[in-house]
Amino acid sequence: MNEIRKQFPVLNQEVNGHPLVYLDSAATSQKPIQVLETVKRYYEFDNSNVHRGVHTLGNRATDSYEGAREKIRKFINAKSTKEIIYTRGTTTSLNTVAAAYGRMNIKEGDEIVISYMEHHSNLIPWQQLAKEKGAVLKYFELEQDGTITLDTVRKTITDKTKIVAITMASNVLGTINPIKEIAEIAHAAGAVIVVDAAQAAPHMKIDVQDLDCDFLGFSGHKMCGPTGIGVLYGKQALLEDMEPIEFGGEMIDFVDLHESTWKELPWKFEGGTPNIAGAIGLGAAIDFLTEIGMDKIAEHEHSLVEYALSEMEKVEGVSIYGPRDPQKRCGLITFNIDGVHPHDLATVLDMNGIAVRAGHHCAQPLMKWLQCTATARASFYMYNTKEDIDRLVEGLRIAKEYFNDVF
Amino acid sequence: MSFNNNLDQLYRSVIMDHYKKPRNKGSLDGESVTIDMNNPTCGDRIHLTLKINDGIVEDAKFDGEGCSISMSSASMMTEVIKGKKLEEALELAQIFSKMMLGEDYTDKYDLGDVEALQGVSKFPARIKCATLAWKAMEKGVNEQK
Repeated sequence: MNEIRKQFPVLNQEVNGHPLVYLDSAATSQKPIQVLETVKRYYEFDNSNVHRGVHTLGNRATDSYEGAREKIRKFINAKSTKEIIYTRGTTTSLNTVAAAYGRMNIKEGDEIVISYMEHHSNLIPWQQLAKEKGAVLKYFELEQDGTITLDTVRKTITDKTKIVAITMASNVLGTINPIKEIAEIAHAAGAVIVVDAAQAAPHMKIDVQDLDCDFLGFSGHKMCGPTGIGVLYGKQALLEDMEPIEFGGEMIDFVDLHESTWKELPWKFEGGTPNIAGAIGLGAAIDFLTEIGMDKIAEHEHSLVEYALSEMEKVEGVSIYGPRDPQKRCGLITFNIDGVHPHDLATVLDMNGIAVRAGHHCAQPLMKWLQCTATARASFYMYNTKEDIDRLVEGLRIAKEYFNDVF
Repeated sequence: MSFNNNLDQLYRSVIMDHYKKPRNKGSLDGESVTIDMNNPTCGDRIHLTLKINDGIVEDAKFDGEGCSISMSSASMMTEVIKGKKLEEALELAQIFSKMMLGEDYTDKYDLGDVEALQGVSKFPARIKCATLAWKAMEKGVNEQK
């Protein structure tokens, strides 16, 4: 993994006089040279608009842009590139499903089921849709360890449930949810399942056909790709029936004064000039991840989480949220230290060159469930090492001593 | 590893004293102005109550949740505005904003412990923590004017 680390130039720097330890990949990951070079090369040699030009540059740009779509299809094992829609990121992907599928299919009295562990981007679109339509928004209750049992899933989903929207991996608890089993229960009740894979796609193998999910969204920037590009996967039959929510260039078949028709999938959902460089960069990120191997990445992160859990628990006053079993969680640990507010902790760590996230992590209802207003979070990726965790633990001791003993 | 000088600048002992032993903690009953404000990016929140009579802040209390900077700033703010005219309280909020931006400010008021927060201006990510209570106070006073 040391060779991998060298491919991330940003990691090779000092912050506040200490070598940088970057533990905020759940917010955004760093980018390897391969991705940076691909984006640069596109702008230097191929920059052109897609699907328009008869000229050579236009063809090259289109080939790379559509080539990246094929890489994404393969990465998540979708049946067809018609099912791969480029978006700005997970937020747009989920909002698109709520606006295009939800508005058409949700009626008064229908139920939408989400969970307490949803990021705001997989909560507010459904909350607002429910309000608009007079539908009922229900939540899967969590167990003490921050997991959802299938028993809860069976009890919560009813024949009135039309949409189940759930995260594959929690950005706070780290919990990995049993999507395949939840999808089966949702389908048996006649509902569709929408999966937020923002924290899953960067870290584990996803097979949309095996999961049998109806929609799934993720972001490029959390998986070594550029910001501003993401993906919405949807089953072709569902996407065919949905109307576009953005109109304009790129997405039309034929426009007349009073009527228009749309391009075929996936382009009918891609109005306007897309983030071409972003898409091509995401393609390069997927190449990079695939070369290492998603199983190897997941394995590395599990070993880091296992090590971090045991080392952090040794620091007195540290409480860790989410499941204890490293196999049940993705590569992040959310925690608090007695007597040190997470913002203060984040500042102390930053002064020691360590980047962590502090706050409510865009999951205020979950914070309420945890009965705290803020937490600190350390998140890992393939470039992190055990030494990074040793530095974190040392930082925790410094912060604790500083706040509890110096003053 | 030794403690960082920059950290000491941020967390002066007077700040930690206000954090650990907040002054004017609680809520005023009866005829008071109530302001609830939060910092949506980090979840800090403050519940500020002011007793205002004849254009003077007679009493102030705060409650809330947040980091050492936001809570100590609230504690210091309530101390300094007590007994001040509404215009003076607003002027103090302006002075505090300038302090946070690292700009020069008038020395016409005795800021007391508030001066200890000067170091926050060197930590841009923490300025919003320090200004939360002051923004709440400004809002409450403006509603009364």
